[in-house]
This record gives sequence, C-alpha cells and structure tokens, in this order.
Amino acid sequence: MPSHLSQPALAPGAHYLSGNEAAAEGALAAGCGFYAGYPITPSSEIMERLAARLPQHGGVFLQMEDEIASLSAVIGAAWAGKKALTATSGPGLSLMQECLGYAAFTETPCVLIDVQRAGPCTGQATKVGAGDIMAAKWGSHGDYQVVALSPWSAQEMFDLTVRAFNWAERLRLPAILLAEEAVGHLRERVDIPQSVDTYQRGYTPGAPPFGHPEPGGVPSMPRFGQGEALMITGSTHDERGFRRTEDPAAHAALVHRLNHKVLARAGELCQTEGHFLEDASLVVLAYGFTARAALKAVKLARRQGVKAGLLRLVTLWPFPEEAVAQALARGARLLVPEMNLGQVAGLARQVVGPGLVRPLSQVDGRHITPATILGALLEMAP
Amino acid sequence: MTRALDQYLRTEVKATPFCPGCGHGVLLGLILRAIEGAGLDPRQMLFVSGIGCAAWIPSPNFRADTLHTLHGRALAFATGAKAANPGLKVMVVSGDGDLSSIGGNHLIHAARRGLEMTVVCANNQIYGMTGGQAAPTTPLGAATATTPAGNPFRPFDLCRLVRAAGAAYVARGAVTRPYELMDYIAQGLQRPGFSFIEALSPCPTQAGRRQGLDSPAALYDDLSRRCLARRELAGDAELPPGAWELGSWCGDDN
Repeated sequence: MPSHLSQPALAPGAHYLSGNEAAAEGALAAGCGFYAGYPITPSSEIMERLAARLPQHGGVFLQMEDEIASLSAVIGAAWAGKKALTATSGPGLSLMQECLGYAAFTETPCVLIDVQRAGPCTGQATKVGAGDIMAAKWGSHGDYQVVALSPWSAQEMFDLTVRAFNWAERLRLPAILLAEEAVGHLRERVDIPQSVDTYQRGYTPGAPPFGHPEPGGVPSMPRFGQGEALMITGSTHDERGFRRTEDPAAHAALVHRLNHKVLARAGELCQTEGHFLEDASLVVLAYGFTARAALKAVKLARRQGVKAGLLRLVTLWPFPEEAVAQALARGARLLVPEMNLGQVAGLARQVVGPGLVRPLSQVDGRHITPATILGALLEMAP
Repeated sequence: MTRALDQYLRTEVKATPFCPGCGHGVLLGLILRAIEGAGLDPRQMLFVSGIGCAAWIPSPNFRADTLHTLHGRALAFATGAKAANPGLKVMVVSGDGDLSSIGGNHLIHAARRGLEMTVVCANNQIYGMTGGQAAPTTPLGAATATTPAGNPFRPFDLCRLVRAAGAAYVARGAVTRPYELMDYIAQGLQRPGFSFIEALSPCPTQAGRRQGLDSPAALYDDLSRRCLARRELAGDAELPPGAWELGSWCGDDN
C-alpha cells in the first residue's frame, strides 16, 4: 500500500482547538491540497481556517456560488491531482447529493465533512442534530457506497479527517465525516502527533482507470494532463471510460463492482469501540457526541449495580453489522440514544431483530444528557 | 484514408451521435480547427462538458482528457480543475439549456470569477436530447414540446448576460458562417481570463420540425437570413425581430 508518514502542518503536541478547527488541521495533515465550499452554520469555521491555512501550505482555496458547485469543483480538483475537501451542514448535504452520486460512480476520491444541525430543512441552524445518517448513504439515487465516520471528540475531528482522506484515496470514493454541531464547536485538548499515516494515490500509466482484474480491486488513479486521454463520465462506462448506456451487462457489472469494492472490505472499514461489554446485559449503542453521554451513563449505571456497556460506532457506513450482532450474542438488549428518530436504531433492528432494540430519540436541537440515558437504562434493568 | 482531424479524434468511436442536419458535427470540426489555428494541440487540453447533445461534442470524440459531468455543472467542475492545476488549458463545451438554465448560476459566477477558460455554448434554442422542450433560449412564440401554443417567455441574450457578468471575451457566431465562428473560438482561446463563444447551431429534429422548418436546408437558410454581423448593423440601429447580432466583444467594451 503506497502509504507514507507525513508531518502535520501544526506543531506536534497539545493544542486547544474546536472540533471544526481540528478537522481543518486534520485535512492539512492528510495532504489536502484543495478546498471548495459555501458558508453554512455550523461548519463555517472549517472553511474559514482553511481559507487562511491552505494557501500557506501550497493548497488552493475557493469559495463557490453554492454547495453543488462546491462538490463539483472538488471533483474537478481531485482529477487534477489534488486531495480535495468540502465541508457543509444538512441543507448543503441535500444540494451535494447529485455530486456524491457522481463521485461514487466515477470513483473520484474526495472528502465531505458534514457538521450536522437540527433538520429537516433549514431547521435550527445553530442547534445540534444527527439526522443526516441516512441522507449520507442513501441521498443520491441508485445503489452506491460511501464511507462515513462519526467523531466524538475534537481529537477525532483531527484523527478521523485524516482517516477519511485515506479511505477516500485508497478506495477512490467519497468519504464523509459525519460530525455534529456539538463536536464541531466543542473546544478541548487535541494532541497533534509527530506524524500521520497518509495514503498516496496509486497510478500505473496506461492502466484502465475504471476497472481492475481483481473483483474488489481499486483501479489506477490518473490525473488530467498525463497524456492518458481520460474519459470520465457519470454515464455507465466500461473500464476505459467509454459510455455504455444501453448495455445491460455493463451497467450491472459496474454497479456490482463499485458496491463490492467497499463491502468486501467491511471488516477493515468498520471500526467500533467497546466499553464494559464483557459482562454487559444492557448495551448502549451510540456514536458521535451522544456516545460521550452514553459512556458517562454506563459508568453511573454500573455504580447502581446495572451491568451496562457501550458499543461506540466510529464507522457508520458501511454499517458495522458484525460488531452489533456480537454485542447481542451474549443475550444483551440494546439501547440506542440518538439525535434523530431512530435512524441507527432501525439499522440495529435489521441486524438483531426488532424485539431487542430500544430507541431513545431526541430531536429538540439539544444534545442527549447522561441523565436521560441513565434513566432509560434503569427502566430497562431487570 | 486519413483525414486531417483524425489525429485529434478517437477514431475507434465509429458513428456520430448527432442527428442528420444537426449543426453540432460542424461545430465539432470547427472547434478542433480553431484550437489548431490558435497554435494549440487539443490532445494536451482538458474538455469539460455537461449533459445534452452538445456535451457529446468532446466526449468521447476528442482524443484528450474529457470530463463529462452532471447536467449544468460543467463550469463548476472546470473551475475546480483549473484552480487546482492552472497549467491545464481548459475548454468547456455544452449546450444552451445546460449552461444557461440549470447551470445559469455557475455561468455568471464563472464569468465573474474570471478564471481562464474558454466556453463554447452550442445554442440550438431547444432541449434536443430530451425531446424538444423549451429552453431559456427558445424564441418568444416558438412552438416546442412544452409550449405547444408558442413560448410565452422571452429568451436570454446569452452574450449580453455573460458580458454583464464580467467575461473577458464574448462572441456570437453561427455554424452557417464557419470561418467567423472558428476565428471567434481561436480568439477566445488566446485571451487570458474567461471567454465565451455562443455558437448558433440548428436542430432540425427537435426544433425545426415543430417550427415549419423541417428540412435541415430550410433551417440553415433561415438561420443564415437571421444572422447579421455586427459590422453590417448601422450604428445603434435596432436589431430586426428574430435577427441575431454576430460579432465579438472584449472586456474593455463592456
């Protein structure tokens, strides 16, 4: 794997940063050389920091006319050879959906940071929500895959932004950091490492840019100006890029390959974190900012003799089915607190069946407190 | 037999995608000749297009980097590519509906931003690929699939629009006057900044047949009659109804 160690732009050591600032630094550390975006609360600090920082590090910053143009420009820049990023929030994610599908279908590496706010629609722009989980995966039409990661700290806004870039580049797809307002605006200690592992694109001159001999193989990633005479199209195409808009086999093969490329790596992609799971009969399944409250609630429940544990999802897409199934294998029941009406709870039900999953939904623009989760755990306790 | 332009074409692409009488095939050749005439090699360039008949002029026909994007978004993709690598020579080729309706916002902002690229807008005044619906360039009163009683709305004057948005070079030509049009494209390629060439290109299949001009010859004759070169117009004389003013405008004229 063409991976190498890169030095972060920020001096190694402890820094006091907001999650959004940390994400911008993570992008720089990952080798991001291009940002295009459109201002939107509560993500704008990412854009503002990169407007200042990217040009200092040889990168290009563009403010575009809207979110559609932003992800369009990111895709153009990716094919011009840059690691490229945009950041937005729910309304912008809605506008970016056509480009997300284009990036998935043309295998364009790019990173999208969605700092989620309370939706639907304009909703409460400054308030927290986690209602974009399904939109991140299913918002564009057709069957495709993305990688989506869920940070629970300012530190992970840095770390997972780096990881999102690495997955995007390695698998040639759009990777999404599904952050939340509460993490984006959280200001806490971030330890900048001496170096980070970064992935450099693989390019084999003359190799087909949209095909690979191995079933789950990732094609060579050329860029404009190499004399490859690239044909990039959002229409169904063959391994060279010729449009194949009336060939049933070509369409089926492409859709299956692009999905298989990701799902075949689910084991490596699906990252989770367990806390007190060994003897847990009640497992809180949580992600993002809510997982912080869940961990506190689990510790408080244990003080009261309730055998609670936490399964934290770091990867949301592809959905970590194995880890969820394993948590239930010990006969536990699941509590799923989330700032939406049960989007991940529904996924958990698909894995373990409806009877064992209790959703704990809150959609009032406020984060879920440890006390709320503790209350639910005590109710469920035998 | 080797033809002069074959070196710039993917000759393995056998059939033209364009209908009999469509102006886009003529425009395809004019673009390549203009690039050559400007001292450039099309094979070293990046061609970005949107969705629609005109988007198929470069993709996949040109033996060059071609980026066939989403409907309306060609200029935003091109902006990202050009900003990321200013060394790329970028041309956008797309249609009037793509560039000025669904992509209208990107058009005026690309002109305002002024990044160097040349846009060739093939204007057939209709949505051809989808079956002949009205475009924002369809003439007032024209019958289309979605305006059977005649288009009730005025069309855009694309050149005035793009000039007002700050383009460095704007021109309007027609495939019925190929040498002029070729010269406009070559001029645009040699300007620093954003250049825009509107290329009038008739659509017999979807526009002409609903407008009493159902043979390509009739449609070409009609377009020829309507085209008036800027220098043929006396002073500030009003353009006759239905006429096109052909010519070029530099940023300084605005």
